Amino acid sequence: MNTDRPDPTGSSWGTLLRMARPRATRANAFAALLAIVLGFAIATQVQQTNQSGLEQLREDELVRILDDVSQEQDRLASDTRELETSRDKLISGVDSSSEALKSAQERLDTLGILTGTSPATGPGIVITINDRDHKITAARLLDALQELRDAGAEAVQIGDVRVVADTWFADVDGAIQIGGERVSEPYVIKAIGDSATMASAMEIPGGVSETVRGDGAQASVRQTNEVAITALHSLSEPRYARPVPAPSP
Amino acid sequence: MIPLLGLIGGVLVGLLWGPDVPVALQPYLPIAVIAALDAVFGAVRAVLDGIFNDKVFVVSFLANVVVAAFIVFLGDQLGVGSQLSTGVVVVLGVRIFSNVASIRRHLFKA
Repeated sequence: MNTDRPDPTGSSWGTLLRMARPRATRANAFAALLAIVLGFAIATQVQQTNQSGLEQLREDELVRILDDVSQEQDRLASDTRELETSRDKLISGVDSSSEALKSAQERLDTLGILTGTSPATGPGIVITINDRDHKITAARLLDALQELRDAGAEAVQIGDVRVVADTWFADVDGAIQIGGERVSEPYVIKAIGDSATMASAMEIPGGVSETVRGDGAQASVRQTNEVAITALHSLSEPRYARPVPAPSP
Repeated sequence: MIPLLGLIGGVLVGLLWGPDVPVALQPYLPIAVIAALDAVFGAVRAVLDGIFNDKVFVVSFLANVVVAAFIVFLGDQLGVGSQLSTGVVVVLGVRIFSNVASIRRHLFKA
């Protein structure tokens, strides 16, 4: 290699180089084979470690991961339950509010017919009283109205006046006023209800028809399947009466 | 030189082929690799000390690998596999460090 007296560094490097030089011995071939195996093992193990998933982990790590997954699952399950509950609440809320809207609409219709703010239609009777001599008094029409209500009339109109709870009758200057409006002859009374019952109530002996005839006027009663009550009554806010609050359940 | 080329060639083969380690060998391969590296560094040190012997190298290499794998196997059977693996790695690591330190002193005088 170098000189007889090499510097120490050179000696070591030289030894290394000398040994690294290919030599065709069996042991050297073995060493090369072992080196190949070692390199192969290193590369394989590195790749295995890189690509390894759960199977490389030890038992306690697996237990920890399992715990994490279980906790995550519990959390997500409770999230799911909460969301489902609120979804159900929302759905039932839509149902109940549409239900409330429907019942409110029904109530509005009923009250509209009762208070005369809504037009009404249905089966009923039409009573026409011809009274050229002005023999009929307001009391007679009030009697007729009472008879009709007794027979189950649900909505009543006399002339152009819708008859409701606070409608009043009066004789003023030989004419009849109903709810402040002058009603002129012939008096046409429209009533919605069971037409047969109301008609027989009108025609019974001592009833409205007979009394009107006794007064000297003519009354005709006509049953029909379609009575249209179009006159409306405008509501006024009560000035004195106040509703009593309903006791809380 | 030939062993170095062999090492590089083995790494290349492993990278290109990329075989899966059999499940039965999985606990032993890392330890065996560490043991083999210990043998390799020991061989380099022996070369520099002037006492290298081919036969000794081959035998020590194989013995290191087999003993390391056996220790890990025994640890697995005794239920202390992971601890014993750590112990083997520590011991081999200390040996590798001392071998490398000796090589360094030979080559760099430092």
